[in-house]
Amino acid sequence: MSAHVLRDALVLGERRADILIEDGTITALADSLDAGDAREVDATGLIALPGLVDLHTHLREPGREDAETVLTGTQAAARGGFTCVHAMANTDPVADTAGVVEQVWRLGREHGYCDVQPVGAVTVGLDGTQLAELGAMAESVAKVRMFSDDGKCVSDAVLMRRALEYVKAFGGVIAQHAQEPRLTRGAQMNEGELSGILGLTGWPAVAEEAIVARDVLLSAHVGSRLHVCHVSTRGSVEILRWAKSKGWDVTAEVTPHHLLLTDELVRSYDPIFKVNPPLRSSDDVAAVREGLADGTIDCVATDHAPHPMEDKECEWSAAAFGMLGLETALSVVQLAMVDSAMLSWSDVARVMSTVPAAIGRVEAHGRPLAVGEPANVVLYDSGASRQWRSDDTASLSRNTPYAGRELPGRVVATFLRGRPTVLDGELAEVPV
Amino acid sequence: MSSHTSDSPRATTRTVLDEGDISRALTRITHEILERNRGSAGVLLLGIPTRGVHLARRLAARMSEVEGTTITAGSLDVTMYRDDLRLRPARALEHTDIPVDIDDRVVVLVDDVLFSGRTIRAALDALGDIGRPRAVQLAVLVDRGHRALPIRADFVGKNLPTSLVENVKVSVAEVDGADDVRIVGEGDA
Amino acid sequence: MIRHLLSSADLSKDDAVLILDTAEELLSVASRPIKKLPTLRGRTVVNLFFEDSTRTRISFEAAAKRLSADVINFSSKGSSVSKGESLKDTALTLQAMGADAVVIRHGSSGAPHRLAHASWINGAIINAGDGSHEHPTQALLDAFTMRRHLGDLDGRRVTIVGDVLHSRVARSNALLLSILGADVTLVAPPTLLPVGVDSWPVQTSYELDGALDKADVVMMLRVQGERMNDAFFPSAREYSRRYGLDTRRMRRLPEHAIVMHPGPMNRGMEITADVADSARSVIVEQVTNGVAVRMAVLYLLLSGSTDAESTEAREEA
Repeated sequence: MSAHVLRDALVLGERRADILIEDGTITALADSLDAGDAREVDATGLIALPGLVDLHTHLREPGREDAETVLTGTQAAARGGFTCVHAMANTDPVADTAGVVEQVWRLGREHGYCDVQPVGAVTVGLDGTQLAELGAMAESVAKVRMFSDDGKCVSDAVLMRRALEYVKAFGGVIAQHAQEPRLTRGAQMNEGELSGILGLTGWPAVAEEAIVARDVLLSAHVGSRLHVCHVSTRGSVEILRWAKSKGWDVTAEVTPHHLLLTDELVRSYDPIFKVNPPLRSSDDVAAVREGLADGTIDCVATDHAPHPMEDKECEWSAAAFGMLGLETALSVVQLAMVDSAMLSWSDVARVMSTVPAAIGRVEAHGRPLAVGEPANVVLYDSGASRQWRSDDTASLSRNTPYAGRELPGRVVATFLRGRPTVLDGELAEVPV
Repeated sequence: MSSHTSDSPRATTRTVLDEGDISRALTRITHEILERNRGSAGVLLLGIPTRGVHLARRLAARMSEVEGTTITAGSLDVTMYRDDLRLRPARALEHTDIPVDIDDRVVVLVDDVLFSGRTIRAALDALGDIGRPRAVQLAVLVDRGHRALPIRADFVGKNLPTSLVENVKVSVAEVDGADDVRIVGEGDA
Repeated sequence: MIRHLLSSADLSKDDAVLILDTAEELLSVASRPIKKLPTLRGRTVVNLFFEDSTRTRISFEAAAKRLSADVINFSSKGSSVSKGESLKDTALTLQAMGADAVVIRHGSSGAPHRLAHASWINGAIINAGDGSHEHPTQALLDAFTMRRHLGDLDGRRVTIVGDVLHSRVARSNALLLSILGADVTLVAPPTLLPVGVDSWPVQTSYELDGALDKADVVMMLRVQGERMNDAFFPSAREYSRRYGLDTRRMRRLPEHAIVMHPGPMNRGMEITADVADSARSVIVEQVTNGVAVRMAVLYLLLSGSTDAESTEAREEA
């Protein structure tokens, strides 16, 4: 197998070292290594991070291969520095059986750009009425540990309680899409001054917070693991802070876009900014940043949600919810958190790799950059800057909210088990 | 109806009619209109905004004096009939006030300056949509030449040969505070 | 002057006054033997109606035709629009047809804004009602009607009553009337006032009776009975008892005050029949004024060039 030596990398942005990768493993990490005939990669000035892990990706296959496939989605992931993504269950058919999750898992392995860890549905067909066969999915080759009806909320309190209890048998976690359905019927954007002016049905913060509050209490009551998807409001952060102060086993994620963008963008009525949960106020953005910085929010997850152009080039209320996120995640986190000195690069490694891997129970990812560890590494140029273009993507879709924006940083190389999936910023040929 | 108000330092301005000249010209036009139409019966004066309206009112006042009756002048805004609407920013409409039915009357259009004739062309179109006058006549304070259409004035205060680079500026007391007619030269173009 | 009319908030006070003054002059066209001006000859106005609104469409159609524009009606029923053609494809079609102005009515808030800003089409976009966002020409004709009865609106008190939350008319009126200097009070049950209404340039009240004594204008908004199914209020009867305008309440109004309604009315719900038909009601007049106001909007948006005044035009006397 191939060998690479990454010369002069800044490990976690802190320590200068050469990293030798052989046969999928980091075999040496020191100054001025003698690397034999290993392929040289100039990493001068580049930050080395463990391969990123995303807990929240929509790959759309099976069912919406016009928007994204496992191949294109994992290519986009590799370009974003990810080595493992969790594929959400809202495909068609829904990932609510062992058969579907194994298919998705296998497609990821076959393409070789990024490991795909399927997320199983909590309820059959995401219908919110009957539990899916959670145990069968856990025992499949995909070893599903995270279950979510994402896109829909498990709003029935009894069903949520049972799901939380049931997954304790195999160390599972319920990832809740916190959205009280009755409070958000027809909702289009964050409820506030602006929704009233724009005449768009409001999506109140309380619709998220009410579910988060209920679920942390349920999780404490039954002693099981709860993960809260895409936290977007100050109130949710405060409830989570309280739950964590009680020592309850609750984790949470925030998306890059909720760390950066506000509902002011909706003034344009451009559905490129339509997303679920909606973009919130600048006060909410400040709160989720603080929450991520102080550990109340455990990790960043992209909620990469590809949609074909026709679902976005239309009037607001007809448009689909969601935005691309894999390729811009690290840049947006740098802009929102690192450049504002709220996180260090080793914090970034924690919130984008170590912690999400631990929540998703994927053992080969989120490991430290150290000798003997799997060689999942990303090299990142934090000094670069570029104007983002919607067509500069490996995704089949173009619905990035950052088109035309100046974003810092650039993923230069990504290694998955020692093999480059991205080199010099370009997708590498991956032998199948 | 040129709306130049400030003269640049290089502008050459010369007054060609003063208050007295204007007054005499209007008196003369009044008599010419009455003579041509054998009195004021069936005659309707319609001024074209802005300054034409004030001139029409002055003519009406003089006519009332001569005839011993009360004659009121109206106004006819031609903005919506202009042929240059697409060449310039949309502008506010002026007031149109037709005091009596124009059918079978002699309408005397009154304007301050006759130049290309396009304004009068628009006025004739506007009149056609309002009714069917027996005849239309045109009274202007100044005819500066350079006609672009086959239109001529029936009553002229003063013929004023001008160059195309010059501007004729008519001031009336009701709008501008004083009566005069000036030629503003090349420097102010 | 602005290029599109999407929201009342796009208008400066000068713009708004210019539109109203222009409409005042154009009102007389309706009483002439030839009810037509040549102003927009050769220009094409498309009425693009994704929602049924015969009254608004006819009003725009009459306005455009009185200005000699060619009018194309594109309604959702029986057209490609109802077959799922996207807003974008419809816009591209209209662009290919050379539409100089598109008058759009759409159920989705912001659809006119999308047409104006997505670079699918060059023409002027006029919002004829979008979702629960705005309906600026309705607000202009309401202000026009008020001005004819009350003169300058500066300092006048206007009380708008009803389902403000879902009402594009209320939004556009609140914005426009405050631009024109009027004091606006919105009266509704708390469930039917939008979140954040305290940041609007208006007063609010949950009580109708107190907002009548000094009002110069009372505008009643249509309230749909279905709203009670969504628990916005308990019953139609309770609503009309608390917020309906009946003869007893009308008597509390000052002598000169007028009663308005953007239509269509729910007689017996927000307004009783005898109030709607009373001498104070200017509801029918609102319809007449609508044509003049829409002529003014079409003239001002379509006739001018956006370039600086040309020398040739300036010299033309």
